[in-house]
Amino acid sequence: MSKKINVTVEGAVKVKDIPLGFTAQPGTTKNFKTGDWRSARPVLDREKCVYCGFCYIYCPDGVYQDMGAEEKYYKADLDYCKGCGVCAQECPKKCIQMVVEEV
Amino acid sequence: MKAADSAKPVGIEVSLAIAEAVKLAEAEVVAAYPITPQTHIVEHLSDLVANGELNAEYVPVESEQSAMSACMGSSAAGARTFTATSSQGLIYMAEMVFIAPMMRLPIVMAVANRAISAPLNIWNDHSDVMSIRDCGWIQIFAENGQEATDMSIISFRIAEDKNVMMPVILNLDGFTLSHFIEPILFPEQDKVRQYLPPYVTDHKLDVKKPMSMGLLGGPEYFTEAKKAANDALLASKPYVTKAFDEFAKIFGRQYKLVESYRTEDAETIIVSMGSISETAMVAVDEMRAAGEKVGLVRLRLWRPFPVEELRAAIGGAKYLAVVDRHFTPGFPEGPVATEIRALMYHEENRPRISNFLLGLGGRDVPRNHFQYIVERAKEIGSTGRQGHFEMVGVNE
Repeated sequence: MSKKINVTVEGAVKVKDIPLGFTAQPGTTKNFKTGDWRSARPVLDREKCVYCGFCYIYCPDGVYQDMGAEEKYYKADLDYCKGCGVCAQECPKKCIQMVVEEV
Repeated sequence: MKAADSAKPVGIEVSLAIAEAVKLAEAEVVAAYPITPQTHIVEHLSDLVANGELNAEYVPVESEQSAMSACMGSSAAGARTFTATSSQGLIYMAEMVFIAPMMRLPIVMAVANRAISAPLNIWNDHSDVMSIRDCGWIQIFAENGQEATDMSIISFRIAEDKNVMMPVILNLDGFTLSHFIEPILFPEQDKVRQYLPPYVTDHKLDVKKPMSMGLLGGPEYFTEAKKAANDALLASKPYVTKAFDEFAKIFGRQYKLVESYRTEDAETIIVSMGSISETAMVAVDEMRAAGEKVGLVRLRLWRPFPVEELRAAIGGAKYLAVVDRHFTPGFPEGPVATEIRALMYHEENRPRISNFLLGLGGRDVPRNHFQYIVERAKEIGSTGRQGHFEMVGVNE
């Protein structure tokens, strides 16, 4: 009877796949898209942006990508942005707004 | 100090003998903070390093929490690592102690067992190590100075075995072992090198092959990570035996996971751990001389628990007098008895088990205490009662 009750958890790792000492190879954080932790996302007003790079420098998660000399702005990778708002706080032109994520 | 080169027994304080054994094991890093009654172990190691007799890094940390942190760092860098502590120090270290086995770092730690405050007490019992019983380390209890010395070498062999990769706690009773001068046979350096080759591992932080250690494990990982570590701890048992057996081949002293003393045909068996067992053996001899069918079973390995070996050692005994040196406030008995009772519950012919708390906070345990507990175990057991617990000699 009890065999019919499913107690396994979707997405759980297998015991045999746990590496010795629970270690990980470098760079594997990329596999975990932590953007869904976010409650607010940064929205850039490109009209006001002066391409100073403060958002890129201050972002604690390194999610801002330089879009280059032609585009002249930095873009947040929302797969990883946790919505902390540091970029909006530090932006000298106040051109980043934190917009609440709707479910 | 030429003790380590001696082929004859040397009269030496056991703490110094342990330090000499760690030197023979050629530990590469020692990080420790002094605390009574462990102090002489690390003090002597710091002398050995300062004098150039041991080529190791001695890290005089500012606390036990830092000691274990430094040990994990050095072990993670691939160095043979030793520390020692006791009592409040072990409790202060506890946060880090639980992490080392999950990271599979083969650190060796001597614990000179001492009571936990309050009231403030520096003397011997097992309440320090029992308070971190579930830390996941391999745990050994030594009975005398020779064993504590030998185990200081053997523990590295167990911990660093590629099939084990687990830290080892070597328990030795504070003062009754740590501060006694005993005749010790020191293994020869060449033979120790043969028994314990240099620690070489891939499981380390290496700039050429980087890896992350000490990671977050969310709900999808935590259960499986705990199972993996526990599987490894349980699977270490045959390698503990192997390390004991190979030590016997080279050095002639044979250790077992569980020791039996005069248990053939024994009706009553005392179960104990640590140095108190030496007194118990003398008491057993006296009781045997008086016609009492009594024997002693001593657990040398406490974790992983030697389930089958203990069952075999107990055999067909009618009464068990289980000695605890620590008790569990709010529960009717001590941890050793609780575990043995749980293991024996499903046996068809289980013995009647009584539990006796002895030698708390350095209270002396003379031979007649063992005569007393054997009498009581028979008395209570013959009424058919299970679950007897007694703080022997408590002055109410």
